[in-house]
Amino acid sequence: MAWTGKVLRVDLTKGKISEEPLNMKWADQYLGQRGLASKYLTEEIDPKCDALGPENKMIMTTGPLTGTIASTGGRYSVVTKSPLTGCIACSNSGGFIGAEIKAAGWDMIIFEGKSPKPVYLYVENEIAELVPADEIWGKSVWAVDEWLHKKYQDPLLRVATVGRAAEKSCLYAAIVNDLHRAAGRSGVGTVMASKNLKAVAVRGTRGVGNIKDPARFVKVVNDVKQALKENPMTGHGFAEFGTQAMMNIINEVGAMPTRNMRETQFEGAGKISGEAMHEPRKSDGKPNLVTNAGCFACTIACGRISTIDRGHFSIKNKPEYWGASGGLEYEAAWAFGSDTGVDDLDALTYANFICNEDGLDPISFGSTLAAAMEMYEAGYITDKDTGGVALKFGSADALCTAVDLTAQGEGFGLELGMGSKRLCEKYGHPELSMTVKSQEFPAYDPRGIQGMGLAYATSNRGACHLRAYTVASEVAGVPFKTDPLVTEGKAELVKAFQDSTAAVDSTGLCVFSTFALTLDDYAAQIDAACAGDWNAQKLEEVGERIWNMERDFNMAAGIKGEDDNLPERFLKEPANSGPAKGMTNHLAEMLPEYYDLRGWDKKGVPTQKTRKRLGLSGRMYG
Amino acid sequence: MLKSLQIEPEKCTGCLQCELACSFQAEGVFNPAKSRIKIFTFHEEGRFVPYTCTQCSEAWCMHACPVEAITLNETTGAKEVLADVCVGCKVCTIACPFGTVNYSQDSKVVYKCDLCGGDPECAKACPTAAITYVDADHTGLGRMRAHAGQSAGIEAGT
Repeated sequence: MAWTGKVLRVDLTKGKISEEPLNMKWADQYLGQRGLASKYLTEEIDPKCDALGPENKMIMTTGPLTGTIASTGGRYSVVTKSPLTGCIACSNSGGFIGAEIKAAGWDMIIFEGKSPKPVYLYVENEIAELVPADEIWGKSVWAVDEWLHKKYQDPLLRVATVGRAAEKSCLYAAIVNDLHRAAGRSGVGTVMASKNLKAVAVRGTRGVGNIKDPARFVKVVNDVKQALKENPMTGHGFAEFGTQAMMNIINEVGAMPTRNMRETQFEGAGKISGEAMHEPRKSDGKPNLVTNAGCFACTIACGRISTIDRGHFSIKNKPEYWGASGGLEYEAAWAFGSDTGVDDLDALTYANFICNEDGLDPISFGSTLAAAMEMYEAGYITDKDTGGVALKFGSADALCTAVDLTAQGEGFGLELGMGSKRLCEKYGHPELSMTVKSQEFPAYDPRGIQGMGLAYATSNRGACHLRAYTVASEVAGVPFKTDPLVTEGKAELVKAFQDSTAAVDSTGLCVFSTFALTLDDYAAQIDAACAGDWNAQKLEEVGERIWNMERDFNMAAGIKGEDDNLPERFLKEPANSGPAKGMTNHLAEMLPEYYDLRGWDKKGVPTQKTRKRLGLSGRMYG
Repeated sequence: MLKSLQIEPEKCTGCLQCELACSFQAEGVFNPAKSRIKIFTFHEEGRFVPYTCTQCSEAWCMHACPVEAITLNETTGAKEVLADVCVGCKVCTIACPFGTVNYSQDSKVVYKCDLCGGDPECAKACPTAAITYVDADHTGLGRMRAHAGQSAGIEAGT
């Protein structure tokens, strides 16, 4: 119950679509969404397969609470093998299409093989068909969305699609749904395009009705909504400033990676912050922020809807960008701004619009551009390489030109599309790539927040803040305050965050709700809605099982313990200002303890004893 | 005291909590497709607008119905559809100037907002008070207060 119990399997090679029952034994062990789809993927593909070959699969998956009235219950994930990292990828998105898939009667859609010609999938409840996509291949996300809505004459159709970046093999292309929400990281959009699958359009009118104990569910959901309302972040801060509430806070604690992470504080942070988005512009007196917005069922509503100054150079003669659209979140504002040294809020918003319009991961794009800027300033990359674009730190013009080129896969944009690791290797300076397992860093400097160093180094999808957001504890004091500058206790903290986040990512709810909720709150909602008995302890076990399963997959794919590392910059170059001045990240103090706590051997391989304890298959990798 | 649903679009975040609560109360499923209240997104303008039946005094739908399947609930003022009387002719859906009466392919009859018998779920579910259930004679009170405050030089009045 709460699961629909149905899986849609789409064989793109043969053009064949079939329905099958959800494996309920797995649902009890892996819950849904991230956990359950990862179980399917690890059972069905060879971890060593080419991520962009037909043997890779791509799963769009909901969680058991997706599509219900539980606050934030609109999440879906895309699970596949990543072409950027070679690891298992799981990119999570909000908006409305996740709930629509569920309302159409499906827990997940498994795509396999490769279509001989461009197609899109149309789903209307139990009807599903592959339709030729020749007319929309080569078009942007926004153009595809408009085209499909016109074709079906259905304003309530929900669309997820890839843009031109994915078609041009940008390795960090996103799948964008509902115009400006994205399964953003690890190149899941690149996988989708590699299968000649352009879009997924869904209309679901069946709804979610199979709740185990409806009266208890509604009561528990209302209690949780109240808890979210009373919390300062989820009740107020996120609505007012979005995740951009973090900009000034993180800059003050000296963990704001700046100019390809050479520095840890950005002098322009105030100009690109959540607060700045409320300031009236000089030109028209209007603020950047038009309104906040909620995804499906979300009572937090952190989403930003913004406009760009019509007189700004980026859109002066482009009226198509004069309307409101998805605005800056903290990660994007940091990647386009602080990491490239640009403090022009309109230019950042333009870059954000383009990342949505053509499906780019803003973190990887901004971070790759920052690496390119450092190489350009050092003379390793020249005007000849960039086609005359002066990639200088702080240049808003360079940012806007670079995002256009990357989005469309033109000129130097094709090289930026390789990601920071491959780009820096190509130009002979791999040490300038700020990546773990080939994925670019997000917006928290591990010199100023020690636990995040371990979180990045051990993340199963490469550098990522959403696998263990110890910032919550180390900076915001949630669920308890720890000192960001010490390593003691961080191994345990990282493990606890990794496991609980893996469980939350499997529910259908948003990880941002964790600012106010404990695993007891998630368990209470799941237990009221779903078959089986669910409590916090079981969720922790599910989370740990998921984490080890992902690790197993990665080891089998060729990842080794030594890949649990950080770029030398964080280990050897001390922070130059702020509270962490003089400090590096002390990963070596945390990693062995972490392996030990995980029940992994000294090389980072899960032991048979650990596997047995978690009920993982006897398959041994590494 | 008769009450009315009051909608203040500027407070709406587009989260659809109201649609979920409505469909669950009316049909036992969380299903925006079955909701009597709808949120409309105006993307270019960055606005979300809830819209539902305003329970007209001289209700076009009620007058148009040839079988008297739409009746007045004297307590709430709601115009309610008697599902077992409705023949699904859809004349009311044409008569309603606002589009808030709609036909359901599944049930073969029309459906519309009935104010949940006087305790509307949409208003209770709305996290931002964009939908409230207030004294029908004073739906303008909140805005009057805001403007009164402004005229007296007090900013926060809403």
